[in-house]
Amino acid sequence: MNKKLTQPSDVLQKTPAGGMPQGEPPKKTAKQWLADYRWVLIIALADLLVWVFSPAQATPVIHNTWDYFVEMVVILIPVVVLIGLFEVWVPKQQIGKYLGRESGWKGILLALLFGTAPTGPLYVAFPIAAMLLKKGASPLNVVVFLNTWAAIKIPQLLVEARFLGPSFMLVRLALTVPSAILMGWLIQKGIERSGGLDLDPARPENIS
Amino acid sequence: MSSILTWSTYVIVFGALGVLVLRDRAKAKQAVKIAVKSFFGILPIMLAFIGLIGLLLGVVPPEVISRYLGQGAGWWATLTAFGLGAVLYIASLVSIPLAASLLRAGASVTTIAAFLTGLMMVNTVTLPLEIKYLGKKMALSRNLLSLVFAFAIALVMGMVLR
Repeated sequence: MNKKLTQPSDVLQKTPAGGMPQGEPPKKTAKQWLADYRWVLIIALADLLVWVFSPAQATPVIHNTWDYFVEMVVILIPVVVLIGLFEVWVPKQQIGKYLGRESGWKGILLALLFGTAPTGPLYVAFPIAAMLLKKGASPLNVVVFLNTWAAIKIPQLLVEARFLGPSFMLVRLALTVPSAILMGWLIQKGIERSGGLDLDPARPENIS
Repeated sequence: MSSILTWSTYVIVFGALGVLVLRDRAKAKQAVKIAVKSFFGILPIMLAFIGLIGLLLGVVPPEVISRYLGQGAGWWATLTAFGLGAVLYIASLVSIPLAASLLRAGASVTTIAAFLTGLMMVNTVTLPLEIKYLGKKMALSRNLLSLVFAFAIALVMGMVLR
């Protein structure tokens, strides 16, 4: 990955967490920063080209960029704090036993609440969902959990209300919740009729 | 209305953080650490999208946006937006400002809603991973049903919101 030639002594010094405080991630190199921000740089270059070749359009470009930047940062700050709070507060392991087939509306409600807890992108939810299934959660509740996670996480709703307006957010929420439950019910019926789940037996955490 | 919502969010979130600081300082510290990490994690892509929005709004006149994505653009615009949403993988925190900028520039609610519901509910890119974890039955049926529900939700939103 890193094309820079690394001296063997260099590696030896780095491996035993030399000098760095415990638990801190290693400092990013300039190259990594460049890779992370490459799109920002490309856009900045495009902005520069606009400024050079069509100065009249540069003002609205800068204005719009700045307005959206401010708007985003204003909402992003509480959103990331919320993400941090959920991460330390919501118990991921204990929830499975409350989501069984007999849990009824209570289970659905819990799956909904648990799904809105913002803990990252959807692919993070798959192993959790697999764990829930293994612990006896019903397909209905697991689908509700996944759909909620994908479409109506709380930080996402906050950003949505800010940018698209509270009514846009509320209408979408009001339509998505019943859809998520209906989908879960349909999938559960389908799975029951076709003889149960087809989890990959090669994955040890999936054996039910 | 939007700003009242934002400020009440601040009060609630930072209030909760304050409670956590009083009750469990170590956990509060961890929460702040995760918050800072998430902020800088999303920052590069966020800045890129904000730059893209600024460029788009500054260079493309609103008439063009409303002609291709507005009420008059018809079904193909909505279907294209939905298809793009269903196939692409963009974090919603980033795609929402983009959708908002197009909506404010004259795109129709149906088209923008279709883009967003497709993006959020139909998860094509992560489907292989979902199959691996949850099996073909659940993963495929969830995404196929999502395809139908996402489009229906967008249509209803277009009818309800003007």
